[in-house]
Amino acid sequence: MSILAVGSRRVAESRLRNMWRWRNAIITFGIGNPVLYLIAVGLGVGSLVEESMPGGIDGIPYLAFIAPALIITAAMQAGQDEVVFPTLAGFIWTKTFYAMRATSLTGAQIAEGVLFAAFGRIVLTSVVYGLVLLLFGAVSISGALGVTALAILTGTCWAATMQAIAASVHDDGGFLSLAGRVIIMPMFLFSGTFYPLSALPLAVQWIGWISPLWHATELGRWLSYGAPTPLWQVCVSVAYLMVLGVGGVVLARRRFERRLTS
Amino acid sequence: MDVAFPPGRHGWLCPVIWARDLTKSYATKTSGDVLAVDSIDLEVGPGESFGILGANGAGKSTTMRMIGATLQRTSGELTILGHDPQHEGPLIRAHLGVVPQQDTLDTDLTVRENIYVYGRYFGLSRAELQPRVDDLLDFAQLQDKRDAKVDSLSGGMKRRLTIARSLVNEPSLLLLDEPTTGLDPQARHLLWDRLFRLRETGVTLVLTTHYMDEAEQLCERLVVMDAGRIVAEGSPAHLIRTHAGREVVEVRFGAQRSNEVVPHLAGIGQRTEVLPDRILLYTEAGEADLHEIVARGLTPTTALVRRASLEDVFLRLTGRTLVDE
Ligand SMILES: Nc1ncnc2c1ncn2[C@@H]1O[C@H](COP(=O)(O)OP(=O)(O)OP(=O)(O)O)[C@@H](O)[C@H]1O
Ligand SMILES: [Mg+2]
Repeated sequence: MSILAVGSRRVAESRLRNMWRWRNAIITFGIGNPVLYLIAVGLGVGSLVEESMPGGIDGIPYLAFIAPALIITAAMQAGQDEVVFPTLAGFIWTKTFYAMRATSLTGAQIAEGVLFAAFGRIVLTSVVYGLVLLLFGAVSISGALGVTALAILTGTCWAATMQAIAASVHDDGGFLSLAGRVIIMPMFLFSGTFYPLSALPLAVQWIGWISPLWHATELGRWLSYGAPTPLWQVCVSVAYLMVLGVGGVVLARRRFERRLTS
Repeated sequence: MDVAFPPGRHGWLCPVIWARDLTKSYATKTSGDVLAVDSIDLEVGPGESFGILGANGAGKSTTMRMIGATLQRTSGELTILGHDPQHEGPLIRAHLGVVPQQDTLDTDLTVRENIYVYGRYFGLSRAELQPRVDDLLDFAQLQDKRDAKVDSLSGGMKRRLTIARSLVNEPSLLLLDEPTTGLDPQARHLLWDRLFRLRETGVTLVLTTHYMDEAEQLCERLVVMDAGRIVAEGSPAHLIRTHAGREVVEVRFGAQRSNEVVPHLAGIGQRTEVLPDRILLYTEAGEADLHEIVARGLTPTTALVRRASLEDVFLRLTGRTLVDE
C-alpha cells in the first residue's frame, strides 16, 4: 500500500525530473546556505552576543540557541519555493497543469504530486542542514535528529499552506512581492529567531504567536537542548503545525480541482 | 457501457459523444453570467470526423472542454464514450487525445521529452513509451528535432508536436480545437495530411475551426455554432445545398454605387446578400445571371462566378462572415 495515489506519483516524478535539472544549484545552496549562516551569524554575531551576555541566551552558546530556528527556516524556505513557483508556473507561466489535467490525472493528484516532490527537497535540505549543524557543534547527535525531523515536518506543513494560497493567485507578480514583504520577512524577524520573543515589546509579540516558525523554533529548542517548555505549549505548537499541514492539503486539493475544471 | 441511449437521429448504438440540452454559463465578476453554450444536442459516432464551425466567441472551445471532461457543464446531459464526465472524468480522459486551442507544451523540455512525460502522466511504462515516442516523432515529422527545445520550433511544428503528444495514449477520440489557426498555408496542408492519415486509422475526430476550407476538407459532418447555439447540421455538401444553393455571383460596384444598384438587381438569383464591399447573388445558374446583370447595364467593376461554399452557409445563417476581413 502506498500513501500516494498512482496519479500523484506520476506528477511528483515529473516535478523531480524538473528539479534534477537544477541539482547543482540545489546542492550548492543546500550546503552553502547553512555553512555561510553558521559562520556569519552563529560565530560572528554570536561572539558579540556572548561578550555582552556572558553565558549566552538560555545559558548556552549563541550558535546552539539559533540553530533550531535556522534549520527550520531553511526547510520552510525550500518547501515554499518548491510549491509556490511550480504552482504559479503550472497555472500561469507555462500552464503545464492544464496539460496534465487533459490526461487521466485529477486536480487533487496534481496538488499532491507537487507537494510530494517538495517534500523530497525539504528532506534533502533538512538532512544536509542537520549534518552541518552537527559539524559546527551547534547540536548534539540526538538534538540533530530531533531538529531535522522537526524541520521536515514544519517545512512540509508550511509548504502545504503556501500551496493552498498560491493555488488561488491570479496576479503572480503582486503575490510574490506581497508574500516576501508581508509574510516571510516579518515572520523571520519576529519569531524569536535571533533572540527570544520575550525580548520584543508585547505589541509585536503576537506576530510570533501566529507564526509557525516561532512555534517550531520553540519546539526545536526544547528538542535540541531541552529549553524549558510547558507540555501544553508543546501540544499547542504541534497541533498548530498539523492544522496548517492538513488544512493546507485539503484546501490545495480543492482549489486545484476547482481551478482546473472552470 | 453503463448508459442506455434513447435512439438518436443517427442511430448509433454507442455514440462516442452524446449530448442533450448541453449548457454552460460562466459566472464572471464583471459581466454576470455569460451563457457560452446554450442547450445544444450533439451526436458523434465511432470513426466519424466531425466539425464544429463558428466565429470567435461562438462557444466552440467551451463545448470542446466539456467533451474533454475538463469543464463542468451547467446543465443538460453529456456522455462521452459511454460515461458521464461529471463522475468519470479520469476514466474518460484516459481514452481521449486533446489538442487545446492554446499550446500547453512544456517549454523546459525537449520535443521528445514532451511526448514522453505526457505518456507518463497516463501511467504508461518506460518500456511501452520508448518505441511509441519514436513512432510519434516520425508521424509528426519531427524526428530531426527530437532533442530540440520546444521554444525553437515554428508554430506549425509546435502544433504537430501537440498532436503527436495527444496521441501517446492511443486515444479513441481526438479533440482538436482550431488545429491550424495562425499557421501558413503550407503548414496547414502538412497538418491536414497528418489528420487524414489519422482518420484512416479509425480514430474519431472532432475539430473546431473557423476556416471553411478546413471544415470542407476534414469533416464528414459538421454543426454550425453561433452565439452558443447550433444553427445548422449536416455534411458540408448538404449544408451548402440547403442553405446556399449551387453558385454565387460576386459583383463589386464600389462602395458608393452598391446601395443604388441593389433595387435594380431584383429578380436575378434566388437571394441577395449585400456586404460592405460587394454584393453576393445566390443562384442555380451563375453565368446566365451575370449576363443578365450586364444586360441591365449595371456594369460591375469586378465580377466573379463561383461555387457556393460553407462561407456562404455561415453568412446566410448568422448574417456574418466567418473570418473578419
Ligand atoms: N473562463 C471563462 N470565463 C468567462 N467567460 C468565458 C470563459 N471562457 C469563455 N468565455 C466566454 O464564453 C463565450 C464562448 O467562448 P469560447 O471560448 O467557447 O468561444 P470560441 O468559439 O472557442 O471562440 P474562439 O474562436 O475565439 O476561440 C465567449 O463569450 C467568451 O467570452
Ligand atoms: Mg476557442
